[in-house]
Amino acid sequence: MTAADLLPTIGLEVHMHLKTRTKLFCGCPVRYDARPNSCVCPVCLGMPGVLPVMNGRAVELAVRMALALGCAIPDLAKWDRKHYYYPDLPKNYQISEYDQPLGIGGFLDVETPRGAVRVGITRVHLEEDAGKLMHDERGGNFSVVDLNRTGTPLLEIVSEPDIHGAEDARAYAEALRQLAVYLGVGDCHLQLGQMRFEPNVSLRIGTGPDGKPRYTPISEIKNLNSFRSVERAVVFELARHRQEYVANPAEYTLENLGKETRGWRDDEGVSFLQRSKEEAHDYRYFPEPDLVPFVPDRAWVEAVRATVPELPQGRRRRFISEYGLPEYDAGVLTAERGVADFFEKVAGLVKDPKTASNWMMQDVMRVLNERKAGIADLGMTPEALAELVSLVKQGAINRNKGTEVFGKMLASGKPAGEIVRQDGLAQVADAGAVEAFVDQALAANARTVEDYKGGKKAALGRLMGEAMKASGGKANPQLVREILLRKLGG
Amino acid sequence: MRVDVAIRSARDLTAAARKARILPLSREEVLKVGTLSRIGLSDAEVGRFTTQLSSILDYVGKLRELDTSGVEPLAHALPLHNVLRPDEPRTGLAPEQALAGAPEASGDFFRVPRVLDEGVSA
Ligand SMILES: [Zn+2]
Repeated sequence: MTAADLLPTIGLEVHMHLKTRTKLFCGCPVRYDARPNSCVCPVCLGMPGVLPVMNGRAVELAVRMALALGCAIPDLAKWDRKHYYYPDLPKNYQISEYDQPLGIGGFLDVETPRGAVRVGITRVHLEEDAGKLMHDERGGNFSVVDLNRTGTPLLEIVSEPDIHGAEDARAYAEALRQLAVYLGVGDCHLQLGQMRFEPNVSLRIGTGPDGKPRYTPISEIKNLNSFRSVERAVVFELARHRQEYVANPAEYTLENLGKETRGWRDDEGVSFLQRSKEEAHDYRYFPEPDLVPFVPDRAWVEAVRATVPELPQGRRRRFISEYGLPEYDAGVLTAERGVADFFEKVAGLVKDPKTASNWMMQDVMRVLNERKAGIADLGMTPEALAELVSLVKQGAINRNKGTEVFGKMLASGKPAGEIVRQDGLAQVADAGAVEAFVDQALAANARTVEDYKGGKKAALGRLMGEAMKASGGKANPQLVREILLRKLGG
Repeated sequence: MRVDVAIRSARDLTAAARKARILPLSREEVLKVGTLSRIGLSDAEVGRFTTQLSSILDYVGKLRELDTSGVEPLAHALPLHNVLRPDEPRTGLAPEQALAGAPEASGDFFRVPRVLDEGVSA
């Protein structure tokens, strides 16, 4: 067995905040910008004698995500207490789901440069987040705690160890985020800590005498909060495993060393060993006596399934097959649900998907990228854009003027037709008028005309440009070209 | 308090229950429970709790006398399920109220002994 034969074997645990207005067990608002300890109540402070009551919306969103991942929704889900002592956990136990989660056995297809990779989903369960513990920056001998986040609905999605590289681990995490945002299950703003990742990394080292695969010890890397750190941490950890294994192949195995918990120092780009994690039995799980089980009604599950929209992968494929869009454009237009919806609305109104896609890619996406804004903040409805696209299609204005009008629509909020009228941008398609512009261009550019006649075909473009300029950009370019060719050839 | 009650009840254990008795807790187990609960125990306390916690287990162990081989495990003692709440915000406590019972506070924060989570350097 050489180092080259070692197969990276990676599973990912992903935590994401659900898009609810309130916490999981109390009516405290979920907010990220609030004064510390201002979104709290006796329930989420873990006061004695309080009773948690499950947020129905959180259950629904969890089930929606589980269904979109192709999970089965078992007939009974229950919650359990997971005990550990830490200052950000006021009850000294976290309410989680131990052995009967909301969703089991799904998958997610992830696009990678080498094609689609299917990653199995072991389980999807609903639990509560802890508070925020911060260390005193001034070097004092204490830490401070903000419990606003305590009890925030947290969805945990556990994958099978089906991922075989750092890039794929990142692609999987990104695909989960895209899916959750598409479904309206979570906002997944990484900078707000709404999504966190824990890769389990090891190397498969061939098969043992019993014919079963053998592995290096599993490293669980805790609490990564960006896609970049997922990729970097996995790269680092795989290299470390390879080194350790090559140095000591007999000892560095899962049977010998088991599982270890590691942290990640992003600034240094290194992982480090953390205190040995408490074993599952050390968490002393037991069924949460304050919450009754969840027994999903089958009709309700089907109603939730009906709220699962067409997913990004499928939609991308449909845009290619149904609308004939290039793969790249289909990918851009389906990356966000809002953009895809916007595009389909425009395409339907102008009854021309390719032209609508052209406008989305060249004008809409350009503006969104410049502004670093989402489609909801474009300040233009699909109907308004469709009117503009139609004006161009009908020849009322030319395509370049169309982009100019698009900018003016964004600036003023006025409809396309009104801007075209007020600013006198209507296309000049009268043959006599266009001929006059062409004559003007030919007369003023005798050298260029000579160049063209001397065989420099590129000179035609320059003359086109001059004639368009003479018209103030309003001439019908097709007509300009026809008349120009006739005059130059004749 | 609870421990005392448990001990008194434990003394009433029937002979049958004593036979079904779970092995007494070891000192190591008591120390481990202490560590998991972040409670430091003196030697004398370890000795005392080893006896007391064993008595509690004996008491609860009485349930082992029942034949439960044909009984489905229960997820919950109440015959209820799907108790759900609408996702409607409710007013909670102001930071001043939340912090009123805290042993120590620092501005709007709870203040706790310094927590180091750096672990062993690799
Ligand atoms: Zn609360």
